Amino acid sequence: MHISVNVDGVTYADEVEPRLLLVHYLRERLGKTGTVVGCDTGNCGACTVHLDGHSVKSCQMFAVQANGHEVTTIEGLARDGKLHPVQEAFRSNHALQCGFCTPGMIMQAIDLLADEPDPDDETVRKGLEGNLCRCTGYQNIVRAVQDAAHRMRPGAGPKLEQHSDEHITAKQPVGGE
Amino acid sequence: MTATAEPEVGKARLRKEDARLITGQTKWTDNIQLTGMLHMAVLRSPVAHARIRGIDCSRATAMPGVALVLTGEDFAAEQGSLPCAWPITEDMKSPPAPAMAVDQVNFAGEAVALVIADNAYRAADALAAIDVDYDELPVVLDLEEALKDQDLVHPDLGTNKCATWVFDSAEAGSGTDVEEAIASAEVVIERTFRQQRLIPSFIEPRSVVVDPSADMFTMWSATQIPHILRWMLAATTGIAEHKIRVIAPDVGGGFGGKLQVTPEELLCLLVARRMGRPVKWTESRTESMLSAHHGRDQIQKVTVSARRDGTVTGLKVELLADMGAYLRLVTPGIPILGAFMFNAIYKFPAYRFVCTNVFTNKTPTDAYRGAGRPEATFAIERMMDELAVELGMDPMKIREMNWIKHDEFPFTTVAGMTYDSGNYEAATARAMELFGYEELREEQERRRSSGDPVQLGIGISTYTEMCGLAPSRVLGALRYGAGGWETASIRMLPTGKVEVITGTSPHGQGHETVWSQIVADRLGVPFEDVEVLHGDTASAHRGMDSYGSRSLTVGGTALVHAADKVLAKARKLAAHMMECDEADVEFASGSFSVRGTSTVRTLSDVVLAAHVAHDLPEGMEPGMDADATFDPDNFSFPHGTHLCATEVDTETGRVRIRSYVAVDDVGTVVNPLIVDGQVHGGLAQGIAQALYEEAIHDETGTLTTATFADYLVPSADDLPSFLTARTATPATSNPLGVKGVGEAGTIASTPAVVNSVLDAVRHLGVRDIEMPLSPERVWTALQGGAADASTPAAGGLGSIDSQGGQS
Repeated sequence: MHISVNVDGVTYADEVEPRLLLVHYLRERLGKTGTVVGCDTGNCGACTVHLDGHSVKSCQMFAVQANGHEVTTIEGLARDGKLHPVQEAFRSNHALQCGFCTPGMIMQAIDLLADEPDPDDETVRKGLEGNLCRCTGYQNIVRAVQDAAHRMRPGAGPKLEQHSDEHITAKQPVGGE
Repeated sequence: MTATAEPEVGKARLRKEDARLITGQTKWTDNIQLTGMLHMAVLRSPVAHARIRGIDCSRATAMPGVALVLTGEDFAAEQGSLPCAWPITEDMKSPPAPAMAVDQVNFAGEAVALVIADNAYRAADALAAIDVDYDELPVVLDLEEALKDQDLVHPDLGTNKCATWVFDSAEAGSGTDVEEAIASAEVVIERTFRQQRLIPSFIEPRSVVVDPSADMFTMWSATQIPHILRWMLAATTGIAEHKIRVIAPDVGGGFGGKLQVTPEELLCLLVARRMGRPVKWTESRTESMLSAHHGRDQIQKVTVSARRDGTVTGLKVELLADMGAYLRLVTPGIPILGAFMFNAIYKFPAYRFVCTNVFTNKTPTDAYRGAGRPEATFAIERMMDELAVELGMDPMKIREMNWIKHDEFPFTTVAGMTYDSGNYEAATARAMELFGYEELREEQERRRSSGDPVQLGIGISTYTEMCGLAPSRVLGALRYGAGGWETASIRMLPTGKVEVITGTSPHGQGHETVWSQIVADRLGVPFEDVEVLHGDTASAHRGMDSYGSRSLTVGGTALVHAADKVLAKARKLAAHMMECDEADVEFASGSFSVRGTSTVRTLSDVVLAAHVAHDLPEGMEPGMDADATFDPDNFSFPHGTHLCATEVDTETGRVRIRSYVAVDDVGTVVNPLIVDGQVHGGLAQGIAQALYEEAIHDETGTLTTATFADYLVPSADDLPSFLTARTATPATSNPLGVKGVGEAGTIASTPAVVNSVLDAVRHLGVRDIEMPLSPERVWTALQGGAADASTPAAGGLGSIDSQGGQS
């Protein structure tokens, strides 16, 4: 099937097998290996990307379902050499060890902060429960997300990746979810 | 060159590694794409024990994109046997361990065939077209049943008993006879605990790429042990070691689970040799859970004798340890590592440890975070609580009266270990203060007397552990097949920048950061000027890799020695350059000076002079590089006091951790940020054993918990925030004063949680609950039922695909 997908600001047009998973399209065809596969069953969230600004697990979607949509991966977050505030917060709070879950965790955290600009501990924990980390015990991840929330407050830094509600609701729902 | 303004050691440096990990610029093995690369998929046995009557590959071979289909018969002549490097006794039974089963499968998940195709999807497709005819055999699953030898896992061995390993303090001369102690005791407590089977569950699935081009086999692998792997691959295949290069690129967690020489690594190598083309294999999560080694799985019978005043007099430990179907790299030695830790921080005068290793038709076990010591710590910390209950004493008081006092160090234990340093009183005092022990006891009393449906429990774990593997002579005495040293090299580059080469192989620990801190401090160079190279046998030519909380204590010390060698040579040259006596040269903050003068040469000046070699002292070689290998005299013995408060809902059985305090003494801390992170992650895994995780095999030997939907790795919402703090008694066995920290949290936390839950419900008639303490088990125990393995803790959704593959 023919698909056209915008990934990290670049539009790609490709022939793909209908069964090709989005994550494999990103990794194998586009070389976007920053997004990884951890579990195949949608439990670990390591493969989380944004589809039109919302987090999705790219191992649970076919590439064809992304046709006509915008995908943002961990590789598309930094702008003009400047890290996204959530990336910064993960680093400054030691919220990663092996780093394998980190791309998905960061993408999910950004999605969470779009809905919850000032989340408490429990809100962060519940908001990240679809993303597994085996190294950190989550404590510093929770701290990093809350720190990022402070960094992203109006006037606290560059407004990157903050989606207005209009922007999100204007998009069509995707992929039979 | 600017000198470092403040000491690097002790500084909460942000990690160098993170820049690539937070931006997706990481190099995982599965990212590697090579020209002409083929993909390997592995067909796995769906049955736990069977003869293979025949395998029909004809349909699979004809499928599109399929280059080759191979079975065990095709490898029989070349695959040899996967190595077991730890024959714990002279008469240990060790069955052949083929990478691919030839005529018999011994666990569900064992490789029986493989497909090589031009992409991973097509390789997986072809697996479904391979027909295997199995002639099923009776399965051996239960440890005690296995010992009756009615059905045999390996009929050729004539028994399911692998080995029996004994330590007896009376025989060793380190203590008295435990049977006498028990016979004459005022109190004897005997308990049996079950250490459930766990799955390491690193988040990066294992992956291997082998490139056979350029007259060399280059293997990238998601491994903790590139150096040991290279050695073992050469020993197993007969390929000359210097024709194998192993690279561990970025590795996504290990926890012991990647301390292995795997069937798939060997198969990839053999296939790449056969095809003359690069081959990649990346496992699915289910394959990982079925076939990568598991951890724990022991039955522990423990007897403690004591006087009525609470003084312990003897400890007897009888273990059954499940090896699974084969002996992997260090499988038989894992429970033996616990032998030296059951006595823990307590002054037992008499001790006997007997471990019987047993074969079953299950996935092989091997190292998992803590490896033998969590099991030991769990048992003894549970027993101290049981003894306190028996005697009606406070569980902390009974520990205190039996532990080694701070002024008794160094202390040689009944197990023959010499603990170099520690202060159990200090760690405990700090933990009690942070926890609010007395207030919680009062609340517990209130809830008990009011019959609150939510009961409060307090659990204690005053642990120690042995890590930093290890003195080579000790490993030799334990019949381990390798040494315990570590190597480091420092290359001083002509511009004054520094390359550090380490034999350790990090997979999340932050060695690039911490090793830079150590070298920056020692040489007085900026942190940013140090680059750490690791994990490639072509650059880091020698090493013993990373496991057992050894990297800093052993590898970090090698680094200190290498830096000191650089400075020793630089001092000589500096004296020559400044035309003074070497004895008058002083070194501080990266510069040499002549005592009492203003003459100064920076290390950078001296390094450049050594590099151009225009004017060197007589006999001095050009260059300023140094190598050092360090073999420690002793293990390191971190310790601490962990306190856990849980709320147990007696109506639902649900356990909620209300507060968790961990005070750890890991000696000198190089980077507090990283140490805290190690403790947090360790706690999570130990708590997961207590409350959530269990690998369950059904009665046919099928692993029913082979996805993350069935095997309950905790999420952020399943864990509390931890309160961590430290006390510090520096280790005396290394110049940095450091102790290991990688496993401490895991070792300490499991008994703290279980003790806490039992403390909450013991007054309601509950004596024990087997791990994991699922709501169902806790509730069943509260109803007076047996909360043991007969009540499934989790899993059983049947959502696994026992064929593995990527379907």
